[in-house]
Amino acid sequence: MERGSREYALWSIAILAVLILALIPVVWLISISLKPTDAVTDGRFLPSEISFDNYKSLFEGGIDDSPFIKPLINSILIALSTTVIAIVFASFAAYAIARLEFPGKRVILAGALAIAMFPPISTVGPLFDMWRALGLYDTYPGLIIPYLTFSLPLAIYVLVAFFREIPWELEQAAQVDGATPFQAFSKVIVPLAAPGVFTAAILVFIFAWNDFLFAISLTSSDASRTVPAALAFFTGESSFTQPTGSIAAAAVVVTVPIIVFVLLFQRRIVSGLTAGAVKG
Amino acid sequence: MSEITLEGVTKVFADGQEAVKEMDLEIGDGEFMILVGPSGCGKSTALRMIAGLEDITRGELKIDGEQMNDRAPKDRDIAMVFQNYALYPHMTVRENMGFALKLAGVDKTEINRKVEGAAQTLDLTQHLDRRPANLSGGQRQRVAMGRAIVRDPKAFLMDEPLSNLDAKLRVQMRTEVAKLQSRLETTTVYVTHDQVEAMTLGDRVAVMRAGVLQQVGPPAELYDDPRNLFVAGFIGSPAMNFMPGEIEGDRVTLPIGEAKLPEEARGRGGDGKVIAGLRPESFEDASMVDDELKRERGVIVEAEIDLVESLGSDLYAYFHVESEGVESEQLADLAEESIGETGAASLREGEEQIVARLDPASKIKRREPAQLWADTSKLHLFDPESGESLARRESAPEPGAG
Amino acid sequence: MEASVQPRPAGSQRTRSEHRLAWMLCAPAVIAMLAVTAYPIGYAIVLSLQQIDLRFPDQSGFVGLDNYKAILSSELWWTDIFNTVFVMVTSVTIELVLGMAVALVMHRAIFGRGVVRTSVLIPYGIITVVAAFAWQFAFAPDTGFVNHLPLIAEDMDWFGGRFSSFAVIIMAEVWKTTPFMALLLLAGLVTIDSQLYEAAKVDGASAWQRFTRITLPLMEPAILVALLFRTLDAFRVFDTIFIMTRGAQDTESVSILGFNQLISRLNLGLGSAVSVLIFICVFLIAFLFVRGFGARVEEGRPGS
Repeated sequence: MERGSREYALWSIAILAVLILALIPVVWLISISLKPTDAVTDGRFLPSEISFDNYKSLFEGGIDDSPFIKPLINSILIALSTTVIAIVFASFAAYAIARLEFPGKRVILAGALAIAMFPPISTVGPLFDMWRALGLYDTYPGLIIPYLTFSLPLAIYVLVAFFREIPWELEQAAQVDGATPFQAFSKVIVPLAAPGVFTAAILVFIFAWNDFLFAISLTSSDASRTVPAALAFFTGESSFTQPTGSIAAAAVVVTVPIIVFVLLFQRRIVSGLTAGAVKG
Repeated sequence: MSEITLEGVTKVFADGQEAVKEMDLEIGDGEFMILVGPSGCGKSTALRMIAGLEDITRGELKIDGEQMNDRAPKDRDIAMVFQNYALYPHMTVRENMGFALKLAGVDKTEINRKVEGAAQTLDLTQHLDRRPANLSGGQRQRVAMGRAIVRDPKAFLMDEPLSNLDAKLRVQMRTEVAKLQSRLETTTVYVTHDQVEAMTLGDRVAVMRAGVLQQVGPPAELYDDPRNLFVAGFIGSPAMNFMPGEIEGDRVTLPIGEAKLPEEARGRGGDGKVIAGLRPESFEDASMVDDELKRERGVIVEAEIDLVESLGSDLYAYFHVESEGVESEQLADLAEESIGETGAASLREGEEQIVARLDPASKIKRREPAQLWADTSKLHLFDPESGESLARRESAPEPGAG
Repeated sequence: MEASVQPRPAGSQRTRSEHRLAWMLCAPAVIAMLAVTAYPIGYAIVLSLQQIDLRFPDQSGFVGLDNYKAILSSELWWTDIFNTVFVMVTSVTIELVLGMAVALVMHRAIFGRGVVRTSVLIPYGIITVVAAFAWQFAFAPDTGFVNHLPLIAEDMDWFGGRFSSFAVIIMAEVWKTTPFMALLLLAGLVTIDSQLYEAAKVDGASAWQRFTRITLPLMEPAILVALLFRTLDAFRVFDTIFIMTRGAQDTESVSILGFNQLISRLNLGLGSAVSVLIFICVFLIAFLFVRGFGARVEEGRPGS
């Protein structure tokens, strides 16, 4: 049946409800971050006056003293490295799984699934010990490696789902049309695979950006501590003030890129997350 | 009594597209009405409006004299057979067929009785406890029909139910559907794009084009007396041949020769240009035609045959004549729809291709000159501007009347 | 739709080289995945059988199953199991219902799809710790605004009591992960042929009947998979509780227990035993779902 204006109104309410519920915590964080430091405890949802003090204190002290800048850099570099490496590894594996027949294909997929269900906490102990022995404790690789392990299953599933949709015969058609194998691959296959790869990359990035457990277990200083871990150890301006304001400001800084990502790529992300589920 | 009446029914979609325009149609109780036309002509939309799956923008829909515009599908007492069958995959055949009755609160024994009765009619009894996924296409189609039959509704609405079957099965099921309908005597509205189905199944056929009803009538009437170019070219396969003509007095000049105007067209509209149509079966190998007939009723065409299709029971000869061609919106629409039409190897500018159906005993051969006789008393003449047939009598029945 | 792969006679030169290529391509990913899971879990088992407290390195030694006995007989362990299961069951149930509603909105909305998608992905993309802070600040008596809302006591100390803390923790968890649940359910929703709903309408089904008799049964596989993944995720709850209460007020989860033993107390023996026990629990839950409820995991996916 077509929508009458009553149905239109109901849908609008439903959508609005979802939107509001999703955004309240974000708006709240932004609001705290914009409150002047003495107004943090005023119990209001929206600030009565706006001040950027919290943001300033985040970046005070430059790269060495600021509690935030180095962790931010760590987060960015670690997440990016993880994403790049994970995508490369996962693309290779997904290409093999989607295109080639070989024994062990099922095992690898099942294994990836099993790893996705694995409790990371169970690996923290041994990793702590191993990393200390190998000198990887409190280093970039020390975090990148476990991030790879736990994001690869997701990346592989998404990429396999996308790769299965590519008409590979196009590669042969291109060669018949006169392209070299490399040209066929780069001019025909790569553009077709790009959206899937991009989506998988976004999902891996979000995963690495998000991690907390490994970050606090396998780091002990600014050398490789990422933002989530750093947030847990924020101190306020003095030992008497709560770091609420600066935590909120840091939280906002670290959330804005995610929101931008999501806004720009929501269609892709949703299709990536649901594609895997539908095709398996 | 289950008559279905559409009065001025119009459907305008949210984006402004008018899918159905002011459609007037009366379907009698127990009648088998076919809605036929090319894709996008609005036939499915019209059917869905009758079902209640689409809102009616303007106009009135009445079933049994009661206005149904605002009634939900379930309150209209109609059953629908979908093109893709829409069988519930998680239910067995029995449960699929009994679903509507279960929803209506009919008691279990009664449901079983009806379901088993329908299953027997459709030869589905041994499949009753299987799931749709385990059935063949033909079996699924029958389950879809069974689901409709079991409800004993006021009307069956069928949306291209046979299009997903392979050609042979389709022909087989066509007769099954026809037999079933005549046995049950339920009013049926059947949508198809296949004019062969339309011609063989319907009591009456309604041809639609771009949302507008072109003509309604029994198949023979549409065939012998098409109201406009579109209907003339749509009904009949291979399609009617069209060529430009010029009327002078009581003669008409055609690319195939000059002929006497057929009776009905005399005295209409005076002199001028027309579009003439002649069906392939109005041609014959000249050597097989009685001399008298040749003189009286037709013209002899001399042409080189481009292509011969020998089907055993029929022989189709393709040839071309010099002609300035015909231009008409309706014919352009038809051309868009037709796929896989065989034709001469190349049609240059200034040529028109003609298909002739000949006696299979004819000795006509490809790439050889031949003499063909065209029975011009069977000419259909159309106004080149409007596409309307010139033979329509003033008392021509409007589409919609019984 | 499978990519076209020609079957070749087994054992032929081409097949073998194709196999080799495939393994080589998969190798980096497989190694990366195993390096941090297979080896460590084995190592964890080894560690768990020893007494290793890094603060007293001289007292290390093999103690067999002593660590396990100590844990399984400790009240803290069982309390934590209760906490974890409580949070898990409550949040997953709420998420399932809310997620279904959101999935339906995402599926059937004729306008505003982009808005809904974005709204749904923001909780997904936000760092869990950040979300935990946001909720904590909202409910904290000094910084929060919740206590100033109508119907709520102004001096309500949410983090002072056990179940009130749980309430906030669960709300934060639900907010954060309902989107993911909604997406998993949406994936199942889209596989349902829309003509089935039309047929049901014609057959006389009301909207509720269409939901219960068509949508839900056909979504069963997707629902089971969603439940499986979310339950496993929920069992591992850590970030939210850590930030909000650090486990105080008896809200500690088993993962926090493990963390405390391993990283705070540096007691690798006990901590590893906890880790292994958690692993076994997770395995049991997965087993229960796959065998017991018949969740068909090949059609599901990992994520989050």
